[in-house]
Amino acid sequence: MLFGGKFVLMFGLVGRMYYLQVVEGDRYRTLADDNRISLKLLAPPRGQIVDRFGRPLAVNQQNFQVRLIPENVPDLDRILSALSSIVPISDGEKKRITREIKRRRRFLPIIIRENLTWPQVARIEANSLELSGLVIDVGESRFYPDGEAIAPIVGYVAGVAEKEFTGDPLLELPGFRIGKAGMEKVHDLALRGRGGTSQVEVNAVGREIRELARADGQPGSEAWLTIDRELQNFVSRRLGYKSASAVVMDVHTGEVLSLASTPSFDPNAFNRGLSRAEWRNLISNPRTPLNNKAIAGQYAPGSTFKMIVALAALEKGVVSHRSQVFCNGEMKLGNATFHCWKKEGHGTVDMVSAITQSCDIYFYEIARKTGIDRIAAMARRLGMGQVLGVGLPGEKRGLIPTRAWKKKAKGTSWQQGETVLAGIGQGFILTTPLQLAVMVSRLVNGGRAVRPSLTRQVVSHSEGGPDSLVPAGFEDIGIHPPHLDIMAKAMSSVTNTSLGTAFKARIQDPAFAMGGKTGTVQVRRISKAERETGVLKNEELEWHERDHAVFVGYAPVEAPRYAVSVVVEHGGSGSSSAAPIARDILLEVQRRDPSRDTSGGQARHTPPMFVPSEGEG
Amino acid sequence: MALIPARQPEMSIAQKLWQVNWSLVFLIAVTASVGFGMLYSAASGDVDPWASRQMVRFGAGLVLMIVIAVSSIHFWLRYAYLIYVASFGLLIVVELFGSVGMGAQRWIDLGFMALQPSELMKIAVILALARYFYASRMEDVERLTYLFLPVILIAAPTAMIVRQPDLGTAILLAASGVVVFFLAGVRLWIFVTAGIGAIGSMVPVWNFVLLDYQKARLLTYLRPEQDPLGAGYHVMQSKIALGSGGIFGKGFLAGSQSHLSFLPEKHTDFIFTMLAEEFGMMGGLGLMGLYALLLIYGFAISLRCRHHFGRLVAMGIMTVFFLNFFVNIAMVMGLLPVVGMPLPLVSYGGTAMLTLMIGFGLVMNVFVHRDVPLGPGAADTDR
Repeated sequence: MLFGGKFVLMFGLVGRMYYLQVVEGDRYRTLADDNRISLKLLAPPRGQIVDRFGRPLAVNQQNFQVRLIPENVPDLDRILSALSSIVPISDGEKKRITREIKRRRRFLPIIIRENLTWPQVARIEANSLELSGLVIDVGESRFYPDGEAIAPIVGYVAGVAEKEFTGDPLLELPGFRIGKAGMEKVHDLALRGRGGTSQVEVNAVGREIRELARADGQPGSEAWLTIDRELQNFVSRRLGYKSASAVVMDVHTGEVLSLASTPSFDPNAFNRGLSRAEWRNLISNPRTPLNNKAIAGQYAPGSTFKMIVALAALEKGVVSHRSQVFCNGEMKLGNATFHCWKKEGHGTVDMVSAITQSCDIYFYEIARKTGIDRIAAMARRLGMGQVLGVGLPGEKRGLIPTRAWKKKAKGTSWQQGETVLAGIGQGFILTTPLQLAVMVSRLVNGGRAVRPSLTRQVVSHSEGGPDSLVPAGFEDIGIHPPHLDIMAKAMSSVTNTSLGTAFKARIQDPAFAMGGKTGTVQVRRISKAERETGVLKNEELEWHERDHAVFVGYAPVEAPRYAVSVVVEHGGSGSSSAAPIARDILLEVQRRDPSRDTSGGQARHTPPMFVPSEGEG
Repeated sequence: MALIPARQPEMSIAQKLWQVNWSLVFLIAVTASVGFGMLYSAASGDVDPWASRQMVRFGAGLVLMIVIAVSSIHFWLRYAYLIYVASFGLLIVVELFGSVGMGAQRWIDLGFMALQPSELMKIAVILALARYFYASRMEDVERLTYLFLPVILIAAPTAMIVRQPDLGTAILLAASGVVVFFLAGVRLWIFVTAGIGAIGSMVPVWNFVLLDYQKARLLTYLRPEQDPLGAGYHVMQSKIALGSGGIFGKGFLAGSQSHLSFLPEKHTDFIFTMLAEEFGMMGGLGLMGLYALLLIYGFAISLRCRHHFGRLVAMGIMTVFFLNFFVNIAMVMGLLPVVGMPLPLVSYGGTAMLTLMIGFGLVMNVFVHRDVPLGPGAADTDR
């Protein structure tokens, strides 16, 4: 009986064994593999951002790190003090290191310091005997060779914030960076690539025993911008330390060759990690370095708006371009008096000479006859009051007021005086430098609704054919061509006739000659008393009360190709402050035109060739 | 013993050696070899530190077993109580001076090996009970007062071992004692009554005797998944290792659970898991087949024995052996709580090996002396 009982019990064991190993075998096999196999994510190299000729704007740089493996370091304090003679280590860092050592398993390396210089690396290697337990490792970090000059376009990368986790496991990798602004943000997914995986066998405490399999990820795609790196640097330098912005674009394709905003910030500093003080400086600076003024700065266009008023008037037929107006320096409307910028008046002016000399009275007059809604419609056709979709986050739409808008926004009806002010681009109207450049482009490209773009294409490393993001053709905005010719003539005489407001800033070489329009935007009201005692000179005012200087231009006048807009915040008059900058830029961009390049450089409309990420020049 | 002259004179050593059941010896050696193989694997393919030492111990144990097999059965009958008292003494020594290891006071350090008196006690209790019951008559065992002393014989060492604390061995000791009672002819109703009493005593035992870790083990057994990183971890990992072995296993030296340290105590308590992971169900069945054969041998020996003492000793020892491997295997499969019970002949461990070899030596001794008449009073004669 006892013996039988034992065998029954043994059969129980056999049954259990059968259950575990055969019936449930697959489940336990999976569990055993879960135990032993750990998937490690491999970060793909981030795609480069290059300019229209493939020159690097954002690249990956070797980043030397010194790491420490706790289990190989018997005496942490000694090692750290030995290391601090080469790389200074603060007490705060020491605390972070000790904390990480406690928190993590002893065979996992801890990053002590990133971005070592080459001499530091060499000294650590040379002293490797005393510094045993420390290892030098090479990671990749983002580097922007042009720094501040390119920052408004490419933006920057930084660590992933808590709310940015999307479930992409790459984001959870320690030290992973994502695009936070500019092109880095717009093309983030494409630039990011796909992570590879490495299957490693681990033991019960998580130590890696061996690699079982590896699936290589896909490196990030390469983003080709429409920017000309050299021109961008030139423009940025030319703007210098002013609070200013400039946009240079191709009037036919809409490709933005340069888009600069100063002062700017060093995008490399964001990648490295900003200190609290650096961050405070950036956000408290009144010249707003983090704000891309070229797309997000909204200014009254001032006299640069006069072409729009003129076109609207011509289209309505309230005037012909020959119609004349007598300017005596002021105009009365009801009991309000509107002044011309030239106190003594311009005398008799017609449309071309009114634009050339920027006579305000002429435009008060024709604006009043045309009406705000027609002016607004014309402004919209020329690209204002709307987001143009250049492809940068934060692009502003500006403001083109209409009667309906005012009723809705302010609750009061439109006043005729406001139409008169709109005639000289003041009042409610707001435009961005980008919109101004688009306006000039549309005026001189034959009336095509060109749209600006910044990205030529995004080239993936695996999938072949790059698709160009630049639109092929643009629809006609329906302006009577002779009217456009009148505008071209007027803008040319602004710079090329001695009465023109920007004659001093002209380009003398007829092959490169430019046309354009100045604008001086009043920031504060001028009181009556002040007018009588004499208007204060700009230089006598506080910086933030001075006029904005605006210039829009194009070149060459014979066959317009490039449009430029320049806005210098509180820079004074458009003719003295903005026009010379625009001139230098237009001269530079024409000199750089690849069609003039006889040294065998890349022709401008050749699509960029595939360039592997390592081979950047 | 003058009244009934022996039919045969005492056999010579040579005759006894001839009588030794050599196929049983062979079977034991095969089983132990399975252990050597697994210990070799547990050390990731190295005879050090476990397999080599285990072989030496097995060799020593083998000699000891043969010596015991051919020794006089009268010696064991006569000194059964003395052996019991000596073993009990060792338990007291361990209580007072023993080495503490793995949270329990179980060992006496002898220099060359760590002696675990509780293991020896298993044999000693069987011998003492066999000695007590070998000449009892039916009327005797029906008297409850007659059962008083043997209950003490079991209870005293059990209590000592619980105190160490080594719950597994204590339960095993008590269980094998109860089996000897049963073999001795104690009535079934007594077991039933005692069983009810035992269950009734569970509450005070739970509250006052069991230590926290023992309670944790029992609770873990009841619901291992609730605490996969704590106390239930061992059982979970053992089941994963076993289950993932499948029918044919992952191959010698290729058990991922064992070799990547997910499996705890793979050279001692969980060695069966490792065997079943590397050789699958086939390997597990193979070892259990060997154990079954050993049980059959033991059973056959006790059946062929003409005296009660031999039958009780053989069956008692085989029961200890059975309980040992049954509890171990059931434990690693998650059928019983993890109580710290080595797999006989296979797990690494000196005293356990030694005790088993002594046990098998006694079983063989019974076989060699199966026809020796041992009547009442045989323990007191001077033959």
